[in-house]
Amino acid sequence: MSPGPYFERHAQTFVGALGRLARRPLASALIMGVIGIALALPLLLQLLVQNARALTSNGADAFELAVYLKPATEEAAARTLASQLRGRSDLAAVRLVTATQGLAEFREHSGFGAALDLLAANPLPHVLLLTPAENSRGSEALQRLQSQLKELPAVDDVQLDTAWVKRLQAMLDLLRQLVLSIGALLLAGVAVIVGSTIRFEVTSRRHEIEVMKLLGGSNAFARRPFLYSGLLYGLGGGLVCLTLVAVARYRLDPAVRALTATYGQDAGLIGLGFELSLAALAAAMALGWLGAWVAASWQIRHIDPT
Amino acid sequence: MIRFQHVHKRYANGRQALADLSFEVRAGEMVFLTGPSGAGKSTILKLIALIERPTRGEVRVAEQDTARIRRRGIARYRRRIGVVFQDHKLLEDRPVFDNVAMPLVIAGRPRREIDKLVRAALDQVGLLGRERDRPLELSAGEQQRVGIARAVVAKPPLLIADEPTGNLDPQLALEIMMLFKRFNDVGVTVLIATHDHHLIDAAGARRIELTAGHQAEA
Ligand SMILES: Nc1ncnc2c1ncn2[C@@H]1O[C@H](COP(=O)(O)OP(=O)(O)OP(=O)(O)O)[C@@H](O)[C@H]1O
Ligand SMILES: [Mg+2]
Repeated sequence: MSPGPYFERHAQTFVGALGRLARRPLASALIMGVIGIALALPLLLQLLVQNARALTSNGADAFELAVYLKPATEEAAARTLASQLRGRSDLAAVRLVTATQGLAEFREHSGFGAALDLLAANPLPHVLLLTPAENSRGSEALQRLQSQLKELPAVDDVQLDTAWVKRLQAMLDLLRQLVLSIGALLLAGVAVIVGSTIRFEVTSRRHEIEVMKLLGGSNAFARRPFLYSGLLYGLGGGLVCLTLVAVARYRLDPAVRALTATYGQDAGLIGLGFELSLAALAAAMALGWLGAWVAASWQIRHIDPT
Repeated sequence: MIRFQHVHKRYANGRQALADLSFEVRAGEMVFLTGPSGAGKSTILKLIALIERPTRGEVRVAEQDTARIRRRGIARYRRRIGVVFQDHKLLEDRPVFDNVAMPLVIAGRPRREIDKLVRAALDQVGLLGRERDRPLELSAGEQQRVGIARAVVAKPPLLIADEPTGNLDPQLALEIMMLFKRFNDVGVTVLIATHDHHLIDAAGARRIELTAGHQAEA
């Protein structure tokens, strides 16, 4: 057999399948919608995880030790301590936030401006924000640094601010696992949706399949148009899914920008990216094909002309 | 070409359609199957087309024991037999052209060849120009002729027909019979089930007479 008629036949079957889909626009749109939603759910979760990770990894770079000085400490003493600490090799950066600066920042962000004016004295202590050096960020090194700092006479308390980052990352890992299992379930669901639709289509075209078989058509021949239908359902569903994700991203982007701004960053929502989008589309088509294959093979094998 | 040996056929409902039937149709022969309604003519054709299987006995077609043809081999086997069905079995939502083209499409013939062969077959049954019509827009006799065109379009070596002239007027019936004769003349083996004694006489071919699943005494 030359490739000409082979290609021609497939092209014809493909156009036929497209025509059948177009003849029942509502039913086809519904199926594609269901597939699209089923696929969009894990992808949106993935988007969430991906963005949260990006945010917290930026945060992890910036993690700090907050050293609260005793209230009685003079500002000059605080400056001296700061420059002493800058000499330590296990610290990358030392920033002094004096009580006055602290109050000004608080006034600006909290909205309690007027109330603060009633205070006779500044209740805040001076704070030193320390960024550990790259090689001193292990938990042991940090513990050691923390206890050394606590020994200093001017120091009231030292707070290590990494626990929440770790907790968040553990939660994200959990969420990622969840995305994977939910994703697997929903992907299977897509194959099942397409399968049951195709099952119905095969039943409604039973007479045609019987005639094909009487004329010497093989099961594979009778199955082919349904495989194309499945593929098209998958493609349509995949496009619906990408649209849903794009819309969600567009709607959420301003909120995310506002959130990152509070961290002193300006980052929008990270999208799925070309590769993941393409993979989602390919997966949708493959699942449509697979669901159709299983359903049509089973049904058609059991149609015997009389 | 066709050989029945001690063939019995009992349907699932217990009805005995054929009982110890033996006959032979040689390659290149044209043979009529006759007998009253319910005698088992359609059953014989269904056994040949592997639509039904014998309860006992052997059905050989083209030197092949059909009992050995398993499910997967049936499609390939059927492609070598042209069948005219008593109830036409046309696809009502497809135009005449698509119906007649079906065996060629199944065989994977190229488009240009399909066009040519379908038009030739429609010409032979007097339906050239009706390619775009749907079967329901045709008379019973025209539908029957579409079924005949479809059976012969792929030029199979064996042609079996179940009451192919049942809905045709005598003139048209005779023309169709001559068409079968022409096929037979170029070497096609033809087996036709029919009540129509006039035609059998006109064609002057051998006949196998059935009564209640047996071959009647000749
Ligand atoms: N699918 C079936 N299930 C049960 N019984 C059947 C079936 N098909 C045919 N029969 C029975 O088998 C017998 C032979 O039927 P068949 O159709 O072969 O007769 P026929 O000679 O073709 O008749 P006609 O001239 O009316 O077409 C009949 O008694 C019929 O009732
Ligand atoms: Mg009959």
